[in-house]
Amino acid sequence: MPLRRYAPVMCAAAMVVLIQVALSTTGNPYYMTQITMSAFYAMVVVGLCLLMGYAGQASLGHAGFFAIGGYVSAVLCTVNLLPYRDAAVLSALRSLGLLHIWKDIYGAEILSFVPWAAFVAVLILAAVIALLIGLPVIRLKGHYMAMATLGFGLIVYRIVIGTPLFGQADGISNVPPFPVGFGLQINGRAAFRVENYYIAWAVLLGMMVLSIHLVHSRIGRALRSIHENEEAAHSLGIDTYRYKLATFVLSAVFAAIGGAMMTHYNGSIGPSEATVMKSVRYVVIVAVGGMANLWGAMLMGVVLNFLSLRGVFGTFDDAVFAIILIVIMLYAPDGLLRMPPIHKWKTLLTRRSRE
Amino acid sequence: MNNCLLDIRDVSRSFGGVHAVRAVYSSVTEGMIKAVIGPNGAGKTTLFNLIAGTLAPHSGQVHFRGRPITGCKSHTIAGLGIARTFQTTKLFGHMTVLENVMVGRHPRTRAGFLAGMLNLPWTWREEREIRSRAMALLEEFDLAVIAEERACNLSFGQQRMVEFARALATEPALLLLDEPAAGLNIYETKALSERILKIRDRGVTCLVVEHDMSLVMNISDEVLVLDQGQKIAEGPPRAIQRNPDVIRIYLGEDHAANSES
Repeated sequence: MPLRRYAPVMCAAAMVVLIQVALSTTGNPYYMTQITMSAFYAMVVVGLCLLMGYAGQASLGHAGFFAIGGYVSAVLCTVNLLPYRDAAVLSALRSLGLLHIWKDIYGAEILSFVPWAAFVAVLILAAVIALLIGLPVIRLKGHYMAMATLGFGLIVYRIVIGTPLFGQADGISNVPPFPVGFGLQINGRAAFRVENYYIAWAVLLGMMVLSIHLVHSRIGRALRSIHENEEAAHSLGIDTYRYKLATFVLSAVFAAIGGAMMTHYNGSIGPSEATVMKSVRYVVIVAVGGMANLWGAMLMGVVLNFLSLRGVFGTFDDAVFAIILIVIMLYAPDGLLRMPPIHKWKTLLTRRSRE
Repeated sequence: MNNCLLDIRDVSRSFGGVHAVRAVYSSVTEGMIKAVIGPNGAGKTTLFNLIAGTLAPHSGQVHFRGRPITGCKSHTIAGLGIARTFQTTKLFGHMTVLENVMVGRHPRTRAGFLAGMLNLPWTWREEREIRSRAMALLEEFDLAVIAEERACNLSFGQQRMVEFARALATEPALLLLDEPAAGLNIYETKALSERILKIRDRGVTCLVVEHDMSLVMNISDEVLVLDQGQKIAEGPPRAIQRNPDVIRIYLGEDHAANSES
């Protein structure tokens, strides 16, 4: 039983290695950069898949959590606290090793938080914000919840674009690399390409393992039962509100981790990461993957974001995702991987056209 | 009060101007099968919802094992030991029969989010226990052969039985059955009454809302009659059958007069 559960993880890991070897030997290593970034985006998708597919709650605000992750780590790692270096709080933080002095690309000294401290702050802040938003919003049903989270996404976008601290329309750049330990670091420079490709996949697959465990646990069963029939689930002793809220927080934390890692990788983050269209895109990807299908969501998260990052969709990027959504809803509401077999397609298409 | 399990005191609930349940007093003794009958719209299901916590009463109190449970949420009440089935079966259609019953083990198990995500070793034992208990219930209900079937593919009668098993998986002290015989044929109804008696024999008190009079009169120890939200009569089935007020609401004025003469 557990072996069957881990087999896809092993396959995925093998594929990751295979792709890396193929890209390196064929002299196309730069593809790895986009795959790495797609993996960061896929982290949002995996969390959202738990929320939408298993707990049955739609969120149109997850780009907001991705942006919170990115911006919080960017601000904490780049804000220059040198003028206040003698303040008691700062020297206390310094002695704890949470602050450090480093030189930016122009050689100027900067006193700011170490990336690990910023990362922990991201986790805590994302969880707290998700909790505060979730407390009222989780009580809403269906598209009301989607609308409320859409409102949250819009607020994050406006705050980001209107606050000088967040760089307004320019975003924040010069974010330092993130030394994650074992001599590895999240760094977007070409020399670190292969290393970061593996770091991103390790974290993504780690999230997948956690999610798969969760889905097959007592809690996962409870979440699915809430999705199927909330009243019955409630009558069987399941605190539906609490479980939905906890899943919301978990998915927000996954999204924020993706955002933080992406920011260190790119060395910058801009307001485009917080737009509503990004949130819609994540929802589309979960739908394409088949809602309650973690592997489908992850795969589609990587593939579609990769195509988008390669510029395959050109200037119609957002339009393509919208079209995908419509087509999926019409012809494969259970997701692309659970499409009806090809021979059924003919009847499906003719039936549709006659209607 | 001898072993009073559930005590309903002066409970009222209205929807707009309609008094769905009005000043109802009743109690359920441990180990009995009690039926709630009454014409459509008498407030039977509302009374169930008030006990199970789906609705909160506007006034009055409900006590379970001497503890007030008025206004508690349904999941809390389920944890305390009240399980229910629904008038229209509410199974988790896309989950298997076994999974449906396994969900019923929820209030008696404890693995949380973190334990689940990390797949901690002690949760394996718990998971095995959940599975074996659920399987045992399915065997008891002769449903073991369809354990891996999706619940939505079952016949109506089978769905009823799965819902039964699922409710029992929570190890309730009190089981609320909302019209368990609705939509069943006479053979299924007969099997159902035997089933309910068996459940009672293993120590689960049953409160049954039912329209099927033969079922009610055969298995219940006590009957509560509601009409327009009010209690009309309460007592052993024999006495209820002869009660002129009950005959009046079911059969009309003429029959009531005849039975009195």
